[in-house]
Amino acid sequence: MASCASSGFRSSERGYPVGETASAMLNLLGKRLLQLIPTLFFVSVIIFSLQQLLPGDPALIMAGEERDPAVIEQIRHQYHLDRPIPVQYLYWVKGVLSGNLGESMRIHVPVLDLILQKLPVTIQLGSMAIVIALVIGISAGIISAIKKNTIWDYAANAFALWGISTPNFWLGIMLIFLFSVKLGWLPASGYVPLTEDWRASLASTIMPAFVLGNGIAAILMRHTRSAMLQVLESDYVRTARAKGLYERTVILKHAMRNALTPVITLGALEFGTLLSGAVLTEQIFTIPGFGKLIIDAVFNRDYAVVQGVVLVTATVYIVLNLLADIAYVLVNPRLRT
Amino acid sequence: MRGIRWAAAAAVYFVLTCGLATAQTTLRIGLAEDPDVLDPTLARTYVGRIVFASFCDKLFDIDQNLNVVPQLALSHSTSADGKTVTINVVLKAPYSPLIAQFTDRAGMMVSPKAAKEAGDKFGLRPVCAGPYKFVERVQQDRIVFEKFTDYWNKDNVHIDRVVFLPIVDSTVRLANLKSGALDLIERVLATDIKSVREDKALKLATALELGYQGLDINVGNGGQAKNPLGQSAKVRQALELAIDRDALNQVVFNGEFKPGNQWVSPENPYYQQAYPVPKRDVAKANTLMKEAGVSTPFDVDFMVPKGAETQAVAEVIQAMAGEIGINMKIRVTEFATSLKQAEQGNYQAYLLAWSGRTDPDGNTYIFFKCNAPQNSMGYCNADVDKLLDEARVPSELVARKAIYEKLTKTILEDVPKIYLYHRRILIAHTTKLDGYKQMPDGLVRVVGLSLK
Amino acid sequence: MADITVNTKLIPAKDVPETLLRRAMRRLFRRKSAVLGLAIVAFFIALAIFAPLLSPYDPIAQSWTLVRQPSSASHWFGTDDLGRDILVRVIYGARASLLAGIISVGIALSIGVPLGLAAGYLGGFLDSLIGRMTDAMLACPFLILAIALAAFLGPSLGNAMIAIGVTATPIFVRLTRGQVLAVKMEDYVEAARAVGNPRWRIVFVHILPNIMPALLVQATLSIAAAIIAEAALSFLGLGQQPPEPSWGSMLNSAQRFLVNAPWMAVWPGLAIFVTVLSFNLVGDGLRDALDPREVGRS
Repeated sequence: MASCASSGFRSSERGYPVGETASAMLNLLGKRLLQLIPTLFFVSVIIFSLQQLLPGDPALIMAGEERDPAVIEQIRHQYHLDRPIPVQYLYWVKGVLSGNLGESMRIHVPVLDLILQKLPVTIQLGSMAIVIALVIGISAGIISAIKKNTIWDYAANAFALWGISTPNFWLGIMLIFLFSVKLGWLPASGYVPLTEDWRASLASTIMPAFVLGNGIAAILMRHTRSAMLQVLESDYVRTARAKGLYERTVILKHAMRNALTPVITLGALEFGTLLSGAVLTEQIFTIPGFGKLIIDAVFNRDYAVVQGVVLVTATVYIVLNLLADIAYVLVNPRLRT
Repeated sequence: MRGIRWAAAAAVYFVLTCGLATAQTTLRIGLAEDPDVLDPTLARTYVGRIVFASFCDKLFDIDQNLNVVPQLALSHSTSADGKTVTINVVLKAPYSPLIAQFTDRAGMMVSPKAAKEAGDKFGLRPVCAGPYKFVERVQQDRIVFEKFTDYWNKDNVHIDRVVFLPIVDSTVRLANLKSGALDLIERVLATDIKSVREDKALKLATALELGYQGLDINVGNGGQAKNPLGQSAKVRQALELAIDRDALNQVVFNGEFKPGNQWVSPENPYYQQAYPVPKRDVAKANTLMKEAGVSTPFDVDFMVPKGAETQAVAEVIQAMAGEIGINMKIRVTEFATSLKQAEQGNYQAYLLAWSGRTDPDGNTYIFFKCNAPQNSMGYCNADVDKLLDEARVPSELVARKAIYEKLTKTILEDVPKIYLYHRRILIAHTTKLDGYKQMPDGLVRVVGLSLK
Repeated sequence: MADITVNTKLIPAKDVPETLLRRAMRRLFRRKSAVLGLAIVAFFIALAIFAPLLSPYDPIAQSWTLVRQPSSASHWFGTDDLGRDILVRVIYGARASLLAGIISVGIALSIGVPLGLAAGYLGGFLDSLIGRMTDAMLACPFLILAIALAAFLGPSLGNAMIAIGVTATPIFVRLTRGQVLAVKMEDYVEAARAVGNPRWRIVFVHILPNIMPALLVQATLSIAAAIIAEAALSFLGLGQQPPEPSWGSMLNSAQRFLVNAPWMAVWPGLAIFVTVLSFNLVGDGLRDALDPREVGRS
């Protein structure tokens, strides 16, 4: 789901005037840091509610094919599953605060280790996706804004929009069919770390990165387009444009600089959307990243993993939001609707 | 001049030997899921057993005809009264399925030293007695093994490394095999068999499975059992007769699987020839429904665990049952949820597979005994309980089969379960792989394989 | 007292949306991509409503001799793995997908907008509380929340709609709140307050109509995303139950036949693509058309 930012209404969210003095900045920073705490608390509550919501008994799943009731009881007791929910919550919070995110019930590996193991994969995939999204989104947005209401506008629009108009799992399957089964150019699945063989690594991640990046390209296109339109139609630009073509190039450069800064900031914010998209995409392409980790954990009722991963990603997302807000204000203190 | 030529020759020599030394053979196997923990005592998944087969020898193994053959243990014999087995195990009561148990996880020999040191973390770096030893595991990506040079059967181990790669999507798994990225894959879809057979570079290895796919009916587990299907054996018999197993096999599996009506497949030595697989008979089914005196149509809550082919099977059964007035309302449920709901009796019909055990006791006891752990149907019949216990006493086939014949008759009359078909274990591999034979338990045995 | 009545009549709150609407419609229809989008959306809605009249076959009738047939004169889109006509299933699937899109967003609007109005207008502790809860929900990966909720409620199309609706709510809360904050400072609201209107009246009569444009744009874009979300949930088995078709569950069955019968995947996927693209085009067009910055030009 597109975040609120995608609709371009973000700047009006802050209804109070933003001061340009350092003390106002610090004020803002302090307020937002303080807001982190209740937000994180609610995140942890949501995470724990996931456990209540997911029907099924993790002890039963772990027991797999053999099912001796005594063993199941022992599993339940070992992971505090026989205690009331609030007690389990406290056990978990205690662990988190001391740096222990628990252990996967299925494979007995500490959750933190799993996360660190998968982090390089997700970072690689995520960065490639964002780069692709920026390339597609920004160029489509600029073309669409400059050539407004012409065939180029519609083409650029459609090109950027088709990414969020196709289900990413379907697109992934179609790409595998075309490039791996029919043409044999790219591997159908699997992941090769960058450090091992950069060419194979690129080959194994280009398709999933493209699928993921496509999903965010539209949002970046919309932002670029509206920011460019705003700048292009401002009085300053209109006057300067009347003066001649040479100046137009200069203005476009200036316009682009103004328009692109918030767009790049917002690109980083789409981290949340990226993870949602990664959940199914990594499954299809068998990329061992966060997305695959979390969906397998959900279907295996591996609570510790689900809780740990969601907590980490939610925290990163919230922190990124905070940094983006600060950067936004720093760069464009006068930008408001 | 001479020095340079000599140095060059030496360099070439070194490069050649190094090159030869590093020309390792690697067998890459595609799995349908990521296994759970690699500790034989804690592991519970079917796919985990496939991995164990390559590095954890057991006391005994099975051959293609399901005979128990020695692996780590040299032999076994049982005394006349069935109470003593000569691997120095003494039993409290006769238990003939015991030897068969040793052909599975219970018989896997782990390193006592490593087990003691690692405790419950053993699964992270397992050490067993087998043809390969564990190198590394990257969760959801790969599991790597390399040859164990001191293995008792090392002359038959020709491949240096074995790598397991879990790939959930069956189309992607097959695509990888075709492109050469994998050498062997498990759980090929029945509908892909044609494609594999047409590919000259691939070979298909099959065996009929030890287990079955069937329909559990809630006959006594909680309130949901109180419906026409759960209450009347005649209605259940009618449902069985309304199902056309051949058509089901044809439509969903291209005719590749085998219809069945008992807990062992028709090719199994324990199959009762006296009760063959019935053909569809809608007229008889309707008669039975009338005799039962139920008013049609009525609804049945049909729980179907999510799976590659289960939904299609369920939809075909739904269409067939509809013809005699039974409305099966399909509810596709995730596997995890379905297990719990079955246990709680939260279903009226449940499409369930069982991977099967070598010994028929493993396919019956825990499902039919009153209050047994896997008896989620709530079935309870004192005669059946007696027969189940009796069948454990004798240790040769003929005597046990006679007892199981009585059990079959009762189960086919009470119909707590409708057995539908038996899958074929479908393993596809490259023709470069020599020596592969498929065993009915679905495991991939790596000893004796070589890569051209 | 009469004075006050006249004063409230002078407040242009009710008038602004009308001229804005007329101007917006004019500009919307000038933007060709939006018109195209609107036409396609109307087409699919018509398909969904008139499905029984347009279908030569029963969508759930199996035909075991005609399994996985490619396109032919009698089956334009071919048949699926149980011999059912794909064209008819795509037409009926439009019902499930469009319903899922519209109802999910309806749920999100009915929960999110009131919360946003309360947070934005009343401010204070309530605003902070709602704000933090919204932030927390937006920080968690949407699909995971939807899966958990759908698994809890049980697999069905209705429950999938609830799950998607609930997880889409935070976006509308935040949007509404932001809009309320922006509009709160406008003259007509100040005037309404000064004149002594009760709070609920200000919110519903003066503020809400003015933020409708923004809500409408987001709602259109969210319907697009909700259709994709329903496809994802059905793909995982958590949406429309068989044998009734939905484009997502059709993609699920098509997965294993990609090489043998690719038409099973192509048509539902294409249907989703065209429908969602159209909603996106309409949404973008609406946003351009309703952009207050452009009021006064053209």
